[in-house]
Amino acid sequence: MATQDLNRLASAPSRPEPGLWQQIVKARWCYLFMLPSLLLTGLFTFYPIFASWYFSFLDWSGFTDTKLLVGFANYREVMGDALFWGAFRRSFIFMLVSVPLQLVFSLIVAVVLNDKSFGLAPLFRTLFFIPVVTTTAIVGIVMTFIFSPFNGPVNRILVNSGILNQPIDFLGNPQTALGTVIGVFVWKWFGITMIYWLAALQTVPSDLYEAAKLDGAGRWHIFRYIIVPLLTPFAIVITLITAVGSLNVFALVQTMTAGGPYYSSEVMEVYIYRTAFGTSSGGSVPRLGYASAAGVFFGLAVMVITIFQGLAARSMRRKPVAP
Amino acid sequence: MIQEPKQPPVWLKPRWWITGNRPRHIITTLILLPICFVWIYPFLWMVSAAFKTNAEIFAGLNLLPENPAFGNFARAWTEARIGRYFFNTLVITVSSCVIVVVSTAMLGYVLGRYKFPGKRLVIALMVATVFLPQGYTIIPVFELISAMGLSNSLLGIILGTSGGSPIIFILLFTGYFSRLPHELEEAAIIDGAGFFRVFWQVMLPLSKPIIATVAIMQTLHAWNDFLLPLVLTLASPGLRTLAVGIYAFRGEFFVDWGGMAAAATISITPIIILFLFMQRYFVEGIAGAVKQ
Repeated sequence: MATQDLNRLASAPSRPEPGLWQQIVKARWCYLFMLPSLLLTGLFTFYPIFASWYFSFLDWSGFTDTKLLVGFANYREVMGDALFWGAFRRSFIFMLVSVPLQLVFSLIVAVVLNDKSFGLAPLFRTLFFIPVVTTTAIVGIVMTFIFSPFNGPVNRILVNSGILNQPIDFLGNPQTALGTVIGVFVWKWFGITMIYWLAALQTVPSDLYEAAKLDGAGRWHIFRYIIVPLLTPFAIVITLITAVGSLNVFALVQTMTAGGPYYSSEVMEVYIYRTAFGTSSGGSVPRLGYASAAGVFFGLAVMVITIFQGLAARSMRRKPVAP
Repeated sequence: MIQEPKQPPVWLKPRWWITGNRPRHIITTLILLPICFVWIYPFLWMVSAAFKTNAEIFAGLNLLPENPAFGNFARAWTEARIGRYFFNTLVITVSSCVIVVVSTAMLGYVLGRYKFPGKRLVIALMVATVFLPQGYTIIPVFELISAMGLSNSLLGIILGTSGGSPIIFILLFTGYFSRLPHELEEAAIIDGAGFFRVFWQVMLPLSKPIIATVAIMQTLHAWNDFLLPLVLTLASPGLRTLAVGIYAFRGEFFVDWGGMAAAATISITPIIILFLFMQRYFVEGIAGAVKQ
């Protein structure tokens, strides 16, 4: 015992480590400085998650104080609602169609624009980026005019040029509504993915290109064997950000179609909004508890996919980069 | 980061159109020009329709109005109360910008320059927020703001808009502050400055580039937010923002294309102009998301 104590004394630093409490007191300013951000995040990000779990077990209209604890009844009803599964499916269709389109086309444009000797590149970059900064909801409304079957410019051009015999009601036809919204979504957020790619491309040292050119590599070879391997770690992050972005489509869908016609473009956020806050004309009773259950269920599904993606990304990162 | 050229911008350089005139560039330009025209055509159409009468909008595709008229703008500004919504949006945007910049700078500062118990937990919590889509937590946020008694004031929308500030703002500040040399604050401390004064008078002014980036990203977010102001103003039309106001306007006057286009032009133009002048900060902020 005594020798152990002596050993410990001998190995202890000359100045004793301050206790946890002392460290906390010493850093009191740090905690004070974190307070505003943590308070905001706690109130508007973490609290809502736990609250929606609680709400999902309630029968509650939101107008009255009567909150009835109903257990899993909301979840059972959500599971049995064909409209829920329709919205669920369309949210994933939205992601699976829009993300690859956005990633591939913006990468092509980024590679073309990532050329320092191309004087007009900044101009084109700006033009491609403009839709990103514009108000989504207002763009959605403008698009209802652009795609209108009654003298909307798209239909007029297609009919005048003889491609179409008759105007298409892009947003009023259940077959084309979702596709049109996805197209506008890709157009709207294309620029942001392009900037991600450009940022990634600029990490590739330019002498690498020069060396490859000296070795006689063509443009395709440079792309395939230099750019692609160096871009892979960025590609994972960019895919993840773009995928998360494709779940935030409420403003565009609500303003372009409000989920219609006949629910053919109703995605999860619109479904939740409709069941939680009702439609002004529909006359349905708002059901916050039921909508929360739908939100929680979908949130869990998204989380599972995110974790899956994260694991996939990790295993890809471990793989040695192709030469 | 997107590298900004150290030399004057490329279009100010003499004879760029000759130096850059390789055949490949001409072909690229010829392909990209029509694509870009189609790309921004919706905005050209919108601005053009704003100056046309409804009859003229329906009549043809010509982008230049025959008799440019401002009647649409006057109607949108007063009848559709776009003026009111513009003011609301401005108040929300500016206030949320101040809240977000100050709060994320403070958090980024302590995370970037100090060690203290619980630091890792805070970082882990912040990173966890990345994967939470807003649409699925709107109900509790709506309830919370009602419970705070703020459902009938702009303050509720301001807080809600500032609340979900993304982790990237904090990471930008953290990274920037951690790279500043320690001599700076040591000198200030020797002069007798306390923790708060070191931050406010020495560190914060040094972080102007990050402040600009964060302020612009938050402006973009606040100006364009839709779901939160829509839900919070369902019962109080006077508090609507531009996005929500124009959405409601469409519901009431759906045949007035000219008025709609004018209202849309009024609300979209300021943000496009801001972008054109502050492009560097937009691009840096977005590029920073990938780098972190």
